[in-house]
Amino acid sequence: MKMTHRALLGASVAVCLSGAAMAETTITVATVNNGDMVRMQGLMDDFYAKHPDIKVEWVTLEENVLRQNVTADISTNGGQYDVITIGTYEVPIWGKQGWLESLNDLPAEYDVDDLLPAIRGGLTVDGNLYASPFYGESSFVNYRKDLAEKAGVTIPDAPTWDDIKKAAAAMTDKDAGIYGICLRGKAGWGENMAFLTSMANSYGARWFDENWNPQFDSPEWKAVLTDYVDLLTNYGPPGASNNGYNENLTLSLQGKCGIRMDATVSAGALTDPKQSEFADKVGFALAPDMGLGKRANWLWAWSLAIPASSDAKDAAKTFIDWATNKDYLALVASKEGWGNVPPGTRKSLYENPEYAKLPFAKMTLDSINAADPTNPTVKPVPYVGVQFAAIPEFAGLATTVGEIFSAALAGQKTVDDALAEAQAAAVDEMTSAGYIK
Amino acid sequence: MARTYSTRRKILTTAAAWGVALLIFFPVLWMILTSFKTEASAVASPPQLFSADWTFENYAEVWSRSDYPRFFWNSVVISIGSTLLGLAIAIPAAWSMAFVPGKRTKDLLMWMLSTKMMPAVGVLIPMYLLFQRLGLFDTKIGLVLALMLMNLPIIVWMLYTYFKEIPGEILEAARMDGASLWNEIVHVLTPMALPGIASTLLLNVILAWNEAFWTITLTTTKAAPLSAFIASFSAPQGLFYAKLSAASTMAIAPILILGWFSQKQLVRGLTFGAVK
Repeated sequence: MKMTHRALLGASVAVCLSGAAMAETTITVATVNNGDMVRMQGLMDDFYAKHPDIKVEWVTLEENVLRQNVTADISTNGGQYDVITIGTYEVPIWGKQGWLESLNDLPAEYDVDDLLPAIRGGLTVDGNLYASPFYGESSFVNYRKDLAEKAGVTIPDAPTWDDIKKAAAAMTDKDAGIYGICLRGKAGWGENMAFLTSMANSYGARWFDENWNPQFDSPEWKAVLTDYVDLLTNYGPPGASNNGYNENLTLSLQGKCGIRMDATVSAGALTDPKQSEFADKVGFALAPDMGLGKRANWLWAWSLAIPASSDAKDAAKTFIDWATNKDYLALVASKEGWGNVPPGTRKSLYENPEYAKLPFAKMTLDSINAADPTNPTVKPVPYVGVQFAAIPEFAGLATTVGEIFSAALAGQKTVDDALAEAQAAAVDEMTSAGYIK
Repeated sequence: MARTYSTRRKILTTAAAWGVALLIFFPVLWMILTSFKTEASAVASPPQLFSADWTFENYAEVWSRSDYPRFFWNSVVISIGSTLLGLAIAIPAAWSMAFVPGKRTKDLLMWMLSTKMMPAVGVLIPMYLLFQRLGLFDTKIGLVLALMLMNLPIIVWMLYTYFKEIPGEILEAARMDGASLWNEIVHVLTPMALPGIASTLLLNVILAWNEAFWTITLTTTKAAPLSAFIASFSAPQGLFYAKLSAASTMAIAPILILGWFSQKQLVRGLTFGAVK
């Protein structure tokens, strides 16, 4: 009888121990819907093979909804998410507020020194890395080489704004449905204001002076907005004030844009013959400058971070290490080809001779390297960020200013009126937020 | 005497009705057609109503990338649950307002309606905190409660309007015959107001099914319904219109079918008492 009891007890202990050994940690990963993130979800077998004790549940949302949900969760210490996909705008703000877990202790194989310095700089606060970049992007010029040739213009690899203006004028043939230039016109801090703030950097304009005084009443901003409105009015597509990233990409894929300036991440679609019949006619160049030492390109990265409220931080770090280290890039290359590897995060990727063969690889790297989030424009500024100022008030303020500038582009107000309104809105916001008295 | 209409007038009104119906349905039709196009044809310019390269690939990819049955089941539980719970509360409430109104009944009705006038995002953080503290976040019961409370003013208002059409004398007669309050509501009032109750039920199931703000905000993985399923295919940076259309078609298909089969009931209920 005793023997039976002992046997049963032993069996129970064994079952309990094996249960503990098989204990599974579930992490919830909040992410955006884009090609690279979707691809990662398709490669999860590799993660599960290496880490059978971690189960990943996905929450995929449109980026503005994701931003709202994650902000609500983090600000209320909700702990619903263990890994969040976060933009370069939020990292410095959330890192400073203690909302994110530091990633300084990722394993040595992660090789933090391999990260591109510009990208790493945007994700670091007071020496702490708060997010690991999944893919990085800048903006550049893409244009139809055949149209440029036909119009008798050349676009240098590092053009000036004059080169762009001349080429846009020469390539425009509105009767044939060809528009010399396609730029973002849709209102939004991540839409027209991302482009206009980058353009302003190259013109020597800035959002705020060293004492946080708004600068829309400066001659530099007047030059920026005048040239932007003139370019799109004379050589842009109809309804340009409604066009954002997707609309201009569609026009480019259809060959209707002579020149387009937008995210480097669109290079893959533009050179894909399945998506565009003009794939072999696309040329790339750096974003233009005015000879002032700054180019009109932005810097952005979608990165993975851990909210401080997560109760599965170790498993979350294991996941982030897997998704953003060098092995992951090699995994994507082996399964989907080098063209589909998430770009713009690691030096080693651009040193790889296979990757260097891609037509957009060098231009993407040069564009990213040309952006400096800590020193974004010609004159000194008190903020970090190239196409944004990393302060909590920026998103709301830039959306207001974006609506004003979009109205100017639509012809509903003059450039002078738009700048005066933007200045008044910015002074009002910065005063009520306590930056200026 | 019934009014007679000329054939010409009948043809004109029928054509106008079809025209208006097509206009209303066109965006849905466009979405369904887009779901069978390739991503390249979905953004073709000029837009093509019918694409040359029909494909089911979008459906296959949407199905493989998401756990559709789970989202679907959550939608069913949340929409039906919130509507039934709402009806259980609203029927007695509307009965008392319609048949034993007090001095403040009208004010109460207006106050209930006024809660619908505030934008939902205004109470985002309080709701978020409440759901977290009460352990209701990402649970079906939490969403049933939230959607029930959200739609309760509409349910009460609709039922109140229907109940007002029923002569109070009938209920009085039942009471004189010895019917209890329960019997009066269940055996006399409910059968008479059935078309109204049915249309209220259907309309609220549709409203709850399509609700997208709270269902996306208050869920992550376990209780997320079809609204979250659609949101996972939306992207401002990326041309995924065909897949988004396929996901949207899969999300609205069940409610569209329900609406189609119950349209007679729905129209009867919505026009109940309209010509009195």
